[in-house]
Order: sequence, then C-alpha cells, then structure tokens
Amino acid sequence: MTQLALVIDLNVCVGCHACVTSCKEWNTQGAAGPLSDLNPYGADPSGTFFNRVQTFEVGEFPNTQTVHFPKSCLHCEDPPCVPVCPTGASYKRAGDGIVLVDYDKCIGCKYCAWACPYGARELDEKQKVMKKCTLCVDRIHDASLPERDRKPACVLACPTSARLFGDIHDPASEVATAIREHGGYALMPEWGTHPANHYLPRRKTEFKVREEDLQRYDNPLKVDGLLPKPATGEPALDDVTSW
Amino acid sequence: MACFAKRSAELSTEVKTTTCYMCACRCGIRVHLRDGEVRYIDGNPDHPLNQGVICAKGASGIMKQYSPARLTRPLKRRAGAERGAGDFEPISWEDAYSLLEERLKKIRASDPKKFALFTGRDQMQALTGLFARQFGTPNYAAHGGFCSVNMAAGMIYTIGGSFWEFGGPDLERAKLFVMLGTAEDHHSNPLKIAISKFKRNGGRFVSVNPVRTGYSAIADEWVPIRPGTDGAFLLAVMHEIIAQGLYDREFLARYSNGGHLVVCDAASPRDGMFARTAGAPETDTDWPPAQLWWDRHSGRAVPTHSEGADPFLFGDFKLEDGTPVRPAFQLLAERVKQYTPEWAQEVTGIAAATIRRLAHEMGVVARDQKIELPIAWTDCWGVEHQTVTGNPVAFHAMRGLAAHSNGFHTVRSLAILMSLLGTIDRPGGFRHRAPFPRAIPPAAKTPNSPAAVKPGTPLPGLALGWPAAPEHLFVDGEGKPVRIDKGFSWEYPLSVHGLMHNVITNAWRGDPYRLDTLMIFMANMAWNSTMNTVEVRRMLNDRDTEGEMRGEYKIPFIVVCDAFQSEMTAFADLVLPDTTYLERHDVMSLLDRPISEFDGPVDAVRVPVVPPTGECKPFQEVLIELGSRLGFPAFTNADGSRKYRDYPDFIVNYETEPGSGIGFLAGWRGRGGEKQMRGEPNPRQWEMYAANNCHFHYRLPPSYQYMRNWNRGYMEWAQRVRIRRYGDPVIIHLYSEVLQRFRLAAQGKRPGRQPPAQLRRRVQTYFDPLPFYFVPLEVQETELGKYPLAAITQRPMAMYHSWDSQNAWLRQIHAHNCLFVNPVAARAQGIADGDWIWVESQWGKVRCLCRFSEAVEPGTVWTWNAIGKAPGAWSLAPDANESRLGFLLNHVISDALPVLGSSNSDPVTGQAGWYDVRVRISRAAESEPKRSWPEFEGVAAAPGTRTAA
Amino acid sequence: MHPAWSVVLLTTLLGAGQGLFLALYGADLYDAARGRASLAPLFVAAAVLGSLALAGAGLAASFFHLGRPERAWRSAAMWRTSWLSREVIALPLFMALAAGYGLAHWLGMLQGALVVGAAAALAALALYVCTGMIYACIKFLQEWASPLTVVNFLLLGCASGLSAAAALSAWLDPEFARAYAIAALAATLAAAATRGTALVRNARLRPRSTPQTAIGIKHPRIEQKAQGAMGGSFNTHEFFHGASRARLETMKWGFVAAGFLLPAMLLAAALGSALPAFAAAAFPVQLAGLLAERWYFFAEAQHPQNLYYQSTS
Ligand SMILES: Nc1nc2c(c(=O)[nH]1)N[C@H]1C(S)=C(S)[C@@H](COP(=O)(O)OP(=O)(O)OC[C@H]3O[C@@H](n4cnc5c(=O)[nH]c(N)nc54)[C@H](O)[C@@H]3O)O[C@H]1N2
Ligand SMILES: Nc1nc2c(c(=O)[nH]1)N[C@H]1C(S)=C(S)[C@@H](COP(=O)(O)OP(=O)(O)OC[C@H]3O[C@@H](n4cnc5c(=O)[nH]c(N)nc54)[C@H](O)[C@@H]3O)O[C@H]1N2
Ligand code: SF4
Ligand code: SF4
Ligand code: SF4
Ligand code: SF4
Ligand code: SF4
Ligand SMILES: [Mo]
Repeated sequence: MTQLALVIDLNVCVGCHACVTSCKEWNTQGAAGPLSDLNPYGADPSGTFFNRVQTFEVGEFPNTQTVHFPKSCLHCEDPPCVPVCPTGASYKRAGDGIVLVDYDKCIGCKYCAWACPYGARELDEKQKVMKKCTLCVDRIHDASLPERDRKPACVLACPTSARLFGDIHDPASEVATAIREHGGYALMPEWGTHPANHYLPRRKTEFKVREEDLQRYDNPLKVDGLLPKPATGEPALDDVTSW
Repeated sequence: MACFAKRSAELSTEVKTTTCYMCACRCGIRVHLRDGEVRYIDGNPDHPLNQGVICAKGASGIMKQYSPARLTRPLKRRAGAERGAGDFEPISWEDAYSLLEERLKKIRASDPKKFALFTGRDQMQALTGLFARQFGTPNYAAHGGFCSVNMAAGMIYTIGGSFWEFGGPDLERAKLFVMLGTAEDHHSNPLKIAISKFKRNGGRFVSVNPVRTGYSAIADEWVPIRPGTDGAFLLAVMHEIIAQGLYDREFLARYSNGGHLVVCDAASPRDGMFARTAGAPETDTDWPPAQLWWDRHSGRAVPTHSEGADPFLFGDFKLEDGTPVRPAFQLLAERVKQYTPEWAQEVTGIAAATIRRLAHEMGVVARDQKIELPIAWTDCWGVEHQTVTGNPVAFHAMRGLAAHSNGFHTVRSLAILMSLLGTIDRPGGFRHRAPFPRAIPPAAKTPNSPAAVKPGTPLPGLALGWPAAPEHLFVDGEGKPVRIDKGFSWEYPLSVHGLMHNVITNAWRGDPYRLDTLMIFMANMAWNSTMNTVEVRRMLNDRDTEGEMRGEYKIPFIVVCDAFQSEMTAFADLVLPDTTYLERHDVMSLLDRPISEFDGPVDAVRVPVVPPTGECKPFQEVLIELGSRLGFPAFTNADGSRKYRDYPDFIVNYETEPGSGIGFLAGWRGRGGEKQMRGEPNPRQWEMYAANNCHFHYRLPPSYQYMRNWNRGYMEWAQRVRIRRYGDPVIIHLYSEVLQRFRLAAQGKRPGRQPPAQLRRRVQTYFDPLPFYFVPLEVQETELGKYPLAAITQRPMAMYHSWDSQNAWLRQIHAHNCLFVNPVAARAQGIADGDWIWVESQWGKVRCLCRFSEAVEPGTVWTWNAIGKAPGAWSLAPDANESRLGFLLNHVISDALPVLGSSNSDPVTGQAGWYDVRVRISRAAESEPKRSWPEFEGVAAAPGTRTAA
Repeated sequence: MHPAWSVVLLTTLLGAGQGLFLALYGADLYDAARGRASLAPLFVAAAVLGSLALAGAGLAASFFHLGRPERAWRSAAMWRTSWLSREVIALPLFMALAAGYGLAHWLGMLQGALVVGAAAALAALALYVCTGMIYACIKFLQEWASPLTVVNFLLLGCASGLSAAAALSAWLDPEFARAYAIAALAATLAAAATRGTALVRNARLRPRSTPQTAIGIKHPRIEQKAQGAMGGSFNTHEFFHGASRARLETMKWGFVAAGFLLPAMLLAAALGSALPAFAAAAFPVQLAGLLAERWYFFAEAQHPQNLYYQSTS
C-alpha cells in the first residue's frame, strides 16, 4: 500500500518560510481554497495556512541550537482525526494514504482538530470548514502537469530541498531511504498515530586536525629560511663517535 | 474527493515567465494567470539562478500585486499641507511631467548639482546613473553607501572582485565553509541551494555571528563573536596561519603582491610604495610589471614574474641604489605578529583555542584536501598549466562585517586571509562572476574638480568611480567635497557607492551646500533606510526662518517614486506611482549588477505579465521621458527630437558609444540576434529573451572559468567582448599601494593633493596599506560603562526591508518585532521574558518588547530589521501590530559622530556604521502603556490607494 | 482547551435534562413497583417538559458550535467510529423517547409509558456514555482520557437532574420531594467524590507529550521562539483558554462550591427544615456551578498541540 508523505530534513532547513507561503499560494487558488485571512491589514492579522515554520531554541548559550521546524499535517497512518469525524468529511485515502477533508461534507464541528495531537488542522474562519494540508493532492496526481511539477508546492519551492516527497512504504524511494539512513523519526510517537511525515535530525560534521598535520616537511616557511635546519656548528653524535 | 478532482480540468491557465523582484536576488519565475489575473507564481526550473525554487517573498508576489497600499495615481502635495501629513491631490502625468520639466530645466541651466537623484533597493543603476550624468549633476548614488560598500570596496581593492552578484563561495566543491556576519544576503535562493547541497555532501560549515538564526542555525559550529571585532578574529587567524606556515606559498608568490618589494625608508617620499625598475612610470594598475621581486634563485632583485624567478616572501634587502626594501608579505607577517589568538580572545570573546583550531582547520583543509581539475589553462605570463588547483575552503561574508565603521579593513583582512589560503577564483574557494575580476581598482573615475559641473552639460565622467590616488578625489582646490554626500572627499576617499545616508542631513544643513530638488527612487528615507529617523523626518519638514528663502523648505522640492504608500511618500511634494515588477520591462544588465554565474555572464530581463495598475508608470519610462524633454544628448537626436520611443526601445537601441555594439543586454545582439556580448542592436531582442526564460547565459569554456585574475585566455576574451579595457592580470593586493598613496599624501610626503589639516591624522591612520584592527569609531566615542550592549538587526528571510508589511501573507509571519536579549544580560537588569523595556543609546531611545534568547552572544541585543512601521503607512490600520508593538532600531542609531565631527561612517569608504551602536536596557515602568515608542502621527490613505478609494 | 460556551451549555444542560428524566422515570418505576400511580401529573408534565427544554436548549447551543449548522444532518453518518455521531443519534432519540413517555403519561397509557420510558432511560444513559466518550476517547487529552470522564458526565448530570426534580417536586409533588432531595444529595456527594477524584488525578498527571517528543529532539532545555504566525491562528484560539491562573483557580473553587458544597448544603437544609425553598434554590445554584465545572473541564485540558504554540516573536 502506498503512503505518500513529506520527509523534512532539519539538517538543512533554514526557516525561510518559502514552504509556508508557496503552500498558501497554491492552495488558496485551487481546490482547497480560498484560504481566508482575517484582519489582513489590521491588528492581529491571522489566516488559514496548511504549513507553518516554527523556531525553537535548544540548549543554553553558547551551546545553543536554533531549530527551524516546519509543520503541516503528518498524514498519520493511524490518524486519530479521521474516526472521530461525525460526517465522514475527514478521511484517509486507501490508494495513497493522504488524509483529506471533504469541504462539502464538513460541518465545522472542530472535533477532528481536537483529535489531532499536532495542531495540524485549521478551521477556515470564513468558510467555516476544517482545512489542512492536502499533500497537494491536486498537483501530485495531475497528469496535465509535467512530471517534474507533480510534487507538492512546498517541496518545489523549498530552496534547501529540505522537503522530500514520496512513498514511505516503498523501501527504494528517496523518502524511505532518507528515513532509514539518516535516522528519520516521527513526532509524538507516544500516541501511536504513526505519522507518515518524518523528520531528519541535525547532523554535525567535524574535522580533526592532528598535531602532525601542522608539522610538515613542505612547510613553506622553510623556503624562506624561516624554519631553520639545525645549525651545522652545534655538537652532534658525529663529533664524538668513531665506529 | 470530488472537490479535488475537478481542479486540473478547470485549470486553463496561461503561464508567462519573467524575473522576480520581491527582492534583489532576481530569480526566474513562472507567473500563472487565469483570466488575466495572477493566480500563482512559482520558481522557473529553467532559470540558472534559482533552478525552480522560490522563497517566501517570491511566493507572495500576488499579495504585493493586489496590495491595497499600491499607489496608482501621480500625487501632488496639497497647497498649504505640511510635509509628512500625506495630504495629496491627484494630478495627471502630463502635469507631473511639465512640473518636473520646468523645474529641472531651470536647475540644469543654472547649477546642475542642485538636483540630486538617489535610489534605493533597485538594480537599475546603469540607467539612473546615465540620467544623472546626462543631467550634469554629481549628486547621484544608489543605496550601496549605507548598505555594504565596505564589502565591495574592501574586496575589490584587494582581489578585484567581491561577493553577491560579483562573486561567491564555490560550495559545490568546497569542504570547509566559513560564513561571517551573514543573515540572508542578496544571493538569497542560490545561497540556500548551495549551502544545503554543501552540507549534504558532507562539508563542514562554520558560522561566525553574534546571533544564531537562519543559515547559522544549520552551521556545524556557531562561533559567537562580539560585534565589530571580526577584524581582530581574522587577523589572529592570519597570525596563526602564517606562524604555522599554512599559507599557499606558491599561489601567493605568483598571484599576489606578497613577494613585491616595498620601499622601507621613512625618509623617502616613496616610503611604503613598491620599488620599481628604474624609469618605470607609476600607473594606476602598475602594469606591465615594473615592480620587483627578490629572486630566491639568483639572489637579487628582478622584475616580478621574470621567467624562472621565485620571490622571497620574507626578508630584508637592499636594492643596488641602497634603498632598503622588504617583500610585502614580510610586512604583512610583521603586522599580524601582534594579533595573537590570545589578544583576539579579549577583543572578540572567542576563545584563543577556538581561533587557533579554526585557523588550523582552514589551513590544513586548504593544503591537504586540494582539488585538481583536469583543465588546462595558460596564465598571463604564458605559462601553461595542465590542471586547475583548488584549496577547498570557501568564505562568505556580508553586512556583519560591512556595516561597521572598521568594516573596510575587516573585509580587506578577510580577502587577504582568503588569498593566504590560495582560494581566489579556484574550485572550492571564492569564484568570480562576470564582469569580475576587474582591475584593482576598476578604471571608472569621477571627475576630480568642481569645474566638471557645468550648466546644461553632462558630467564628464561618472558620478561614482574608483579612486586610485588623491588626484581622483572629487574635491575643490581646498579639498572640499563637490558632492552633496561628501563622497570622494578626504573624509571618505573611497566612497565608491556614495553616501546616501548623508544626503538629507547635509542638504538640510547646507553643508556643503543646499539642494533644490531631491529625487528619491525606491528608498524609504523617512524610515528604515535612514539613521536618526526622528530627526531626519524633522529635517525633511523643516523650513528656513530667515533670509530670502524664508518659509521655504530647507530641501525645497522632494520627488518620490514608489510603488506603495510608504513612510517616505508622505514627505514628497510629488509622488510618482511606479509599476510593480509584474507590470514592467526591466533589465539586469552587465552594465549594472547582472546575475552572472561562476561559469560565465548571465543577464536577464523582466517583461510585463499584467498591465499597469491604475495610472502607474514604470520609473524607467519616466526617466526616458524626462531625459527626452530635457534634451539630454543621450536621449535626443542631433535635431533635438527624441531618440527613444520608450524604455524597451531604449534598451534595444542604446549603445554605450555609437557603434560600440555594447548595450544594456548582451544576449541576441546583431541584426538577427546572432551575436553575443557585442553586436548591433537587434529589434527583436526582447522577444528572444522572453523566449529564453528571460535570461541570457554565456558559458565560458572551462579553461576560462578559473584563475581569471591571471588567465590569459579569459582576459583576452574579456577584452574582446569589452568586459575589460586591458588584458592585464589582476594581482592580489595583500599590500595596498592605493591606500599608501593617500597615507603619503596625509603625511605630507607626496606631491600633489593633500588632505585639509583637520583630516590629515584621520587619513594617515585609516589608509594603512596593511590591514589592521581598530575599535569602531562610534564605540570609541561611547562610554561603555553606560552603554554596554551592542545592538544590531538582521534580515528576516520572509520580509524585504520595509516593503512587505503591505503583504497580507508575509505580515502574518512578522507582524511585529521584539528585542532579543540573552537572559544573562536581561536578568542583570531585572528584565523578564516578554517585558516591555527601554533601549537607550546616547542618541535616542525606544520602548519595545523583550524576548529572551539563548542564541545571542550576551553582549549583543538584536531585532528583525524594518518590521516596525509608522501608523497609516502601507495601508495598515492605525492599530496594526507593526506600529503598536513593532519598533525601528534606527531611532537609536546616529547619523553623525559629534566628537569626530563626521558622519557615522567608515573613514575609508563612507559605509554607514549601522551595527556600531551601543545601548543599555531597562524595564519599562508598570504604569507605562504597553506600546512601542516613539509613536508617530497617523497618515491618511493617499488618493489612489485602495484604502482611500 | 478553549471552553466554548456552546459546548459548555450543550453538555451541562443536556446532562441535567437527561438527569431530570432519569429522576422522573426512577420515581415512576418505584411507583409502579409499589403498584401505585401516585406521581402528580403536573409534576410529570413539568419534569418531561423541563427535561426536553434542557436537552433542547443544549441542542440549540450546540448549533452555535458548528461552522456549518445547516449541514448538521450529516453528522449522524459515522456512528460506527465517531462518538460524536453516536451522540448526534442518541440525543434526538432520547428526546423523542422522553417526549413519547410524556405523551403516553398524558394520554394515561401508564404501562406504555413505562416501556417507552425504559427505552428513553436507556437512551439517556447511552447519551451520557456518548457525550463522555467524545472527550474520554481522545487519548492524548490526558485530563479527559479516563473512565472518570464518563462517570462524571453521568453523575453530574444525574445530580443536577435530581436537584431539578427535587425543586420541581417541592413545588408540584411534595410527596416525592424528600426522596428527591435525598437522592439529589446522594448524587451530588457521589459526583463530588468522582469529580474530586478526577481533579486529584489530573493534578498529578504528567504530560506524556513534551517539547522533546513534539519536535523529536532529546535535550532538557527546549524553548519555542516563534510559532510561525504572530497575530494568532486557529491553533492559538481553539486550544488555549486564555485565562489567568487566578481566574482558573476561581473557576475551580467556584464550581466546587456552587456545584457541590452549596447545593449539598441547600438540599440538607431542605431535608432538615422541610422548607421547599431550599430545595428549589439548590438546582439553579448547582446548574451555575456545573457550568463553571464544564468551563473548567475544558480549560484544564492541556492539548499537546499547545507545545507547538508557546511563544511568538
Ligand atoms: N529576506 C530578505 N533578504 C534580503 C534583504 C531583506 O530585507 N530581506 N535585504 C537585502 C539587502 S539590501 C542586503 S544589504 C542584504 C544583507 O544581507 P545580510 O548582511 O546577510 O543581512 P543582515 O541582516 O544585515 O545580516 C547581518 C548579519 O551579521 C550579523 N552581525 C552583525 N554584526 C556582526 C559582527 O560584527 N560580526 C559578525 N560576524 N556578524 C555580525 C548579524 O547578526 C546578522 O546575522 O540582504 C538582502 N537580502
Ligand atoms: N537599522 C537598520 N537599518 C537599515 C539596515 C539595517 O540592517 N539595520 N539596512 C540598511 C540597508 S543594507 C538597506 S539596503 C536599506 C534599505 O532600505 P530602503 O532602500 O529604504 O529599502 P525599502 O525599505 O525596501 O524601501 C524601498 C522602497 O521601495 C519601494 N518599492 C518596492 N517595490 C518598488 C517598485 O517596484 N518600484 C518603486 N519605485 N518602489 C518600490 C517600497 O515601497 C519602499 O518604500 O536599509 C538600511 N537600513
Ligand atoms: S522552504 Fe525549506 S528551508 Fe524554507 S522553511 Fe520550508 S522546509 Fe525550511
Ligand atoms: S497530523 Fe493530525 S490531522 Fe494530520 S493525519 Fe495526523 S492526526 Fe490527522
Ligand atoms: S470539523 Fe469537519 S472534518 Fe472535522 S470532524 Fe467536524 S465535520 Fe469532520
Ligand atoms: S504538501 Fe501541499 S498542502 Fe501540504 S504543506 Fe505542502 S504545499 Fe501545503
Ligand atoms: S529570492 Fe528574491 S528574487 Fe528570488 S524568489 Fe525570493 S524574492 Fe524573488
Ligand atoms: Mo542593503
């Protein structure tokens, strides 16, 4: 069974929010939209976004990590948001594992949002129906788009390619490989939701300079006579041995 | 399900490509239109710069296009209304043109310097510069002076190129990447693409920055540094590299002036100048080789690059005529001897052991992980090389180094360190982008006397240039500046980008003189691009109280061309509504700042994808129209008739000189578009660009792609296509004779121009031919006991300066800003996370929200740049978060240094010292309103904006 | 969680309505068991109508919770998986059966009434389970995810229903007044015990989700700096009560007092003095207390999503 998902590489995400606005832009003009904004030019502007990038600080100065953390619906394999929905508006597609909301059925009871531990669902304040990341279902299967473009808008936008997309059940896929090889993990594993989206942790590259790396025969200072050879006039074994 | 399936069928969109301008990076975009309306913008995968990606701003272009804050009609300040109140009446374009025509004609016929044109975040300096020059005014510059001129000048005066559009780190092949003082930078998307690839390839990334955000967040090592002290860090690294012999001797000997012999004779008028073969004339570029090496093999002085010779880099020699000389490298080594890691630890706050370790890492990676590309090339001396070598240590730096008054020397230190490691235009190191490398310094010069400014006559030279000696300064007989911003004067001799931050203050003071008309294009000078904002706003609105000009504004007429109702437009007498980037033609030209790649020149265009909104007109068209009406030679035929129908026509047909074959665009030249780089105008050039994703990419053969400073093949090609006038190699200036010329003049040792008495010491101190560290000027003038904290700003990745608060999506990400403070520093003042606090410098204060952060060095506080807004601007409601909770740090930054009596600028380049300010913080009283301060009067919506309609 | 008044009203009024019906039906059963038909018809009518009114008011309030009330009819569809769907079915079923019971009584079909009433009582009990389970089934809302939630919904509903019955009977059917007062007092004390247990339990809860599990980084010190939107979002409006600590404490002790202590005292006083006014006062006081209780029930619940919405800058 296919399970499409995003794998987000925290090792390269710089927190640029490209995935945030490109998601809004794509989805607001299409099937999922419009995604409304409230008070867009007034106090406390807010709006519906399917994807947010948050920032966390880990550790204390000077050992601080700044972690940019993009979060959208994780398309859980066992999504608690689905069975609670009284109308059937929330559903998980058998074919590709995408969790969707049918806006035509949704009554805006918000129960599914309560049942999502990740805060991945947002009620559209104008349309009054529940919305969330669709995994760009209207792009990825659209045969009229060139092959290259059949990816989620956020994935195509991401300048650091921190967002990988594919079928995590296909062991040969880029995403499954990344999860396997780079320690991909799921959020809040304690609830057994089995999020399809995974995150790749920070990895640290270090470089070790050894003492002998600094003492090389070809030190250029020698050329200029600044690493003098031992003086010939000084005592040596040569002077005192005769065998 | 049903609702998602419908979609693709409905989607009969039209896709047009053009070039983004939500920032100066200029990525290729695809604009998807439905019924003529912009519906979706994504990155163009066929564009070399962004390769299909887009950023947060770029993807929010729709909300800019349809922003309620857009100006749509030309506006005139209502008679009797105060400046700053924003009380306007709409006028027709014809009225606006004739008003300008009349006014400018008068100025041009009497004293052209009374007209000043200054431009902000645009990338069309080739056209605006041409306009100013044709007008005959010296008073022209873009924003570079307050932006990052230290970065440009410090590197170009050292290696003949710089970062951003000019060059960058080759992260494709680098193994170690050291980034200093960069938050976001101009090369926005490409840098992100490159850094992530670099990390994925296992490269090691070190970030030197007082703050850990953005890129620094994903660095393998964060090196928190005290602001303004990078010079000390870099000099200490150099100290260690030289002490350990980790420099690339071969590279330096041949490609830098490290082996060149310097006269070391305090008594000589040529003290500190390079020794020369007898009788060789002294030229700007010192080429052909007249300078000397002390050859290791023959043990005597020989002209540099003599066949078979190899210079000593160290030593103390005497020429035949008895002149004592030393190799420049010896002088550099002597200079950095004092800059030990232990010394630097005290200055920078970085442990000496860390500095040493980093120096070793750089040196060892450069030396031991060499790259050999099987690319044969020939150097300028005819030596053939079978391979191109790379020392894979790459650097990048930006305003963290540049925006300090000691930035020029810091940046020069960086360029020299990069050279010591042998990483200039080599794989894995720094790589140039066409038209760089350029001569050191580049050939362009300004006129050098007030006589050059003549009524009714174009300026005989450029308004901005690259001085190589005091003779190139733009000053009068007494050494007084000719330019309003005092650019190219003894105060800021190498102010190669001008000093836009001085313009309003100087014009208001009448020092050096008054202006009549100030035209501002795309700069928010009443707000975020000005220091001392409160005062500057007062100056803009100040009138003469006596004399014949009584009652007149001190700056009599202000024209602002903007696309939005900004804080600045309120102060205009005439507002010209510009189009957006989706509505106009534009060029990213090789005459300007193109978007070149390492492998060759790239230029690009913007083509309109939607018609102009309301009565908006591109500023380009305004310039062509005015230039024609004012009868500028470049815009009119011999009979006075207009030469160019409009801007697209101008771009196609304009040639730098009649028949030169060089124009704004390098692609598809020649009658039928068959030529590249040079060729006759091609009437179908725009279409050909449009058909090629709006850009032209010329790929150099691999043998011309590296070592371009000294690559004969490249130089000959560059000369042929007129990127360069001369084919001379560009030797790295470890030691700067250019600076020494100024110093000698200040010492009174050099014939010709000398600085006025009060500036002699200044010039003598700061025009040191070798890099050195000094405490930033403002810090020298600060009682650090009282104001202990450095206050800086950073670019948020999802906002472009002030101009995105009108963008409904982007402002949700940054609706207001806080001051980030290390908890240690905050608690010392009894401040808790989330408190309202006062931030005070010796110049002013602001009240703002405090937020704790462990990602900032304890001696530094910071905030996001330009998020705070004045009420009413940008079509925001009066209670918008930007003006109630947000704040502008600029209120505590001074434009002047009173003790020194100069502007708050680098004494070499005039770069604004934004990041030198020191502050103290304290808790705001419980009784105070929970709002930011200062507060400003609200401004009414301008006629023509959607809020007003 | 943000206590939405619509849901607070729905669950509290509905619970009282069910309780009132159960109280009535209990008396009816007891009556029948004794082989008598001594319930005052007026009392029966008032109790049935009161129960229906309470349930109806709750139902009406619930519509305010829906973004698209016009589509409310769709919400019965997923009864196989959704407790909310089940509630949506059980609620009208209960109301219909209760009305049927009332009608039968009115028509004098006392036997029939008993049968329909049994079904209605079962529906009422099922409805408690459904309503309780709506909350109890969300396992990561640890404050709710406990059988105590269902028990509390049941007991609190019964207590308030019995108080209502005590008040009504004091006025319309004094014969049953004392029994109702005793039952109400007992239910109130039982509810106080279980609700108190829940309070103690919740105070001791250790959240299983932490900043560490939320972002998957194992470090003791993780702090959020930005949540990606500064002006707020659905996530900051829906899942935070936005009340001060003090207000929270006030509400807590307020509901303990008004929901349990005061009504218990009033009911005891009613028993002691046989003054019907005391019994009549207990119900409104308790209802107010239980509204506060329900407010607190929501406010107390810490949704793990809040870990992602701690700070803006
Ligand atoms: N999204 C976005 N992109 C932009 C812009 C924008 O407004 N928004 N603006 C564009 C413009 S005009 C420019 S000039 C560039 C600027 O690009 P950057 O130079 O990258 O931008 P700044 O935010 O000025 O970054 C300065 C960095 O230097 C650090 N810093 C400050 N002082 C010191 C110091 O003394 N030493 C060191 N090592 N670091 C220091 C700061 O913490 C900050 O991280 O960005 C361009 N790109
Ligand atoms: N405290 C502090 N201050 C700083 C800096 C800092 O780091 N800290 N950075 C400095 C630097 S490096 C820079 S470059 C400046 C930038 O400062 P500015 O050059 O003032 O840049 P913006 O704020 O972007 O304002 C440019 C104006 O261009 C307008 N505009 C946008 N698009 C168009 C268009 O298509 N046509 C026209 N005609 N106008 C348009 C906007 O509405 C805005 O009014 O700020 C400087 N100020
Ligand atoms: S676009 Fe990519 S780098 Fe930028 S915030 Fe999103 S995931 Fe991170
Ligand atoms: S992340 Fe939340 S909304 Fe998405 S599938 Fe999982 S539980 Fe449902
Ligand atoms: S809000 Fe809509 S999708 Fe969510 S549970 Fe209710 S009906 Fe289902
Ligand atoms: S997959 Fe599509 S809907 Fe989901 S976050 Fe990315 S762009 Fe948004
Ligand atoms: S980096 Fe600049 S030019 Fe490129 S997409 Fe973003 S805003 Fe547009
Ligand atoms: Mo800038």
